[in-house]
Amino acid sequence: MLKRRHVLDLDDFAAAEIELILNVGLSMREVLDRPIRRAPALRGRTVINMFYEASTRTRVSFELAAKTLSADVVNVSASGSSVEKGESIVDTIRTLEALGADTIVIRHGRSGAPYLAARNTSATVINAGDGWHAHPTQALLDLFTLRARFGRLKGLSVVIVGDVLHSRVARSNIWGLTICGAHVTLCAPHTLLPASGQAGCVGLPPVRVEPDLARALDGAHAVMALRMQHERQEGALIPNLREYVSRYQITRARLTRARPDALVLHPGPLNEGIELAPDIVMSDRSVIQDQVTNGVAIRMALLYLLHGDRDVEI
Amino acid sequence: MSKSSLLIANGRVFDPGRRIDIMGSLLVENGLISGVVGIDCPSDATAERTYDARGRLVTPGLIDLHVHLRQPGQEHKETIATGSRAAAAGGFTTICCMANTSPPVDNRGQLEFVRATASREAIVRVYPLAAVTVGMRGNELTEMGDLADAGAIAFSDDGVPLRNGRVMRHALEYARTFSRPLMPHCDDPDLIAGASMHEGAVAARLGLRGMPAASEEAAVARDVALCGLTGCRLHVCHVSTAGAVEIIRLGKRRGFPVTAEATPHHLSITDEWVAGVRWDGRGEPYDTHTKMNPPLRSEADRQALIAGMIDGTIDAIATDHAPHAVVDKEVEFDDAAFGITGLETALGVLGRLVARGELPLDLVIERLTSGPARVFGLPYGSLVPGAPADVTVIDPAAPWTVRAEEFVSKGRNSPYVGQTLVGRADLTVVGGAVVFER
Repeated sequence: MLKRRHVLDLDDFAAAEIELILNVGLSMREVLDRPIRRAPALRGRTVINMFYEASTRTRVSFELAAKTLSADVVNVSASGSSVEKGESIVDTIRTLEALGADTIVIRHGRSGAPYLAARNTSATVINAGDGWHAHPTQALLDLFTLRARFGRLKGLSVVIVGDVLHSRVARSNIWGLTICGAHVTLCAPHTLLPASGQAGCVGLPPVRVEPDLARALDGAHAVMALRMQHERQEGALIPNLREYVSRYQITRARLTRARPDALVLHPGPLNEGIELAPDIVMSDRSVIQDQVTNGVAIRMALLYLLHGDRDVEI
Repeated sequence: MSKSSLLIANGRVFDPGRRIDIMGSLLVENGLISGVVGIDCPSDATAERTYDARGRLVTPGLIDLHVHLRQPGQEHKETIATGSRAAAAGGFTTICCMANTSPPVDNRGQLEFVRATASREAIVRVYPLAAVTVGMRGNELTEMGDLADAGAIAFSDDGVPLRNGRVMRHALEYARTFSRPLMPHCDDPDLIAGASMHEGAVAARLGLRGMPAASEEAAVARDVALCGLTGCRLHVCHVSTAGAVEIIRLGKRRGFPVTAEATPHHLSITDEWVAGVRWDGRGEPYDTHTKMNPPLRSEADRQALIAGMIDGTIDAIATDHAPHAVVDKEVEFDDAAFGITGLETALGVLGRLVARGELPLDLVIERLTSGPARVFGLPYGSLVPGAPADVTVIDPAAPWTVRAEEFVSKGRNSPYVGQTLVGRADLTVVGGAVVFER
């Protein structure tokens, strides 16, 4: 079991904790492969998915994870809820707790919003993505996917390509990969990279920054392409998508710089023909579908380790 | 609040403006400073009341050039009355209030309302500033002549950076006509749009949009250059970056009439507090009480502010007291209001810096008294015989823990809540009348 109430970011996780989650994730994958996908570990528990932002895979993934473990699951999206009437996040969270939530899974457009939620409830809060800040379960499923293919994380070289500045997926992966001993390279034009760290400061862990994609990919075990948001163009962060694609799209030719068994990951949703060349998406290098399935297992593992009944066999 | 005679006895009488630092007593009569017993007046002087100031500092009343009193329009956050009581509790005898009320103080009627309310309800001296531009929209100049006549001590669109350099130039030239300083909030509005903390490693980690130090520095550079061009007095609000200190230093070296202030928070804490760092180690990330504009900066910036204090680049310490209601702060970090309260914690925060050897005590007192008095040409800030008897008695070594429920201000929005500070006001005297006593 995890000795924590909330999962808000990976920055305070120890390597052993992450390893525990990934190991339990393996058992959960087995549950998902059974003919009847049901385990009783969360029977009688209520999980509420409170989504302030649009989501397909993360919301469905959390819902299936909780249902597979026999929890009662309620989905709330901001549109159609009292949020539209101007209810504050603090009031909404207190209401969900009063309604009986044991776990509140929260997706929010503002960085740090899950911390505000966690401060105002005795329920467990799981961050399902907040602003540019963190998406811990996405990083955990990425770690799980990489470990499944390579048998280890320590020493792997992982390149994160694209809009790191606005990416909670990138931030959580920087933490997760670094904590597990992998080496991270960020690759993007400088307009899409966050300010670099100062020594001894409360910042991100040190990573390599290489704006040139060919050099960044040299010897890489895996490349993780980030979703490029079209609106970035308007803030003069990139001139246009054509130039971005010409320099940063992952293509078969570019991938030859990486190791022959290098994997391609993408957190989704994909912009077709932007981040990844179409033939890469369909190739055996791509583990995008694995990521999605593993996401359910890893979220099951997390729910179980935070709330599960230890005496019940999964 | 009688204005009869008061003997503040056996303290350390400390007036950096007059270069007095002696163990002794200060006599106050008929609302005026009579002087230091044994120097300015006979050593057998007595008074109707004697205040025992043993172990205490007896200083000129503190002056704060930069507070937000929120009245009119946001009386749920603060009023002139409550803000003045918070000032008294913090040892301040004179405060200058910003024009960004609702509506802003951009015409004579508004200014007269503030002055009339202050004279009726405030327990310390209140000097209002007026806006630079109508509605603080950055286009047309306010009627600065009328406003100066009505008592505007200076002009500022604080909170809203003035985007247009030409308007700024004309504002400086026009304000100079009436011998009033301009007090800009220096930022490039496009560089800080949508941002909520200092741009740096901490913002990168927290995923918050950052305000680069370059935004403040570019604006300070423009305004210092325009100060040189126009010869109008320029007082730069809440300097927070190393580069801004350097540019102001350069302006002073060139003989430009530029002055500057720094806040206790920028002198004492950094952007790491947004990530949850606290002196006592117990903090939460994304605490909106660490959100203000200018934002908490890096440690290098903080060190540069300290250096700027020591070499005289920074003329005054000002709190930028910015009270807000709980509902303005108990929200997502990006949506929270900018600003923290400062009047009641200033002495304790600065006292902690003194206790740690980062700033000398005499310098801190000077930048709270004669320093700010000089910036706006106020007739206070010194214990000269015959001057209005504005006096603060400070317990310089008292450690105390900040409790939100003990604030006199309506604002509870302070990052120092729960922290231990060093030193606070025990007695505040305005014009010979005791307005605060612990």
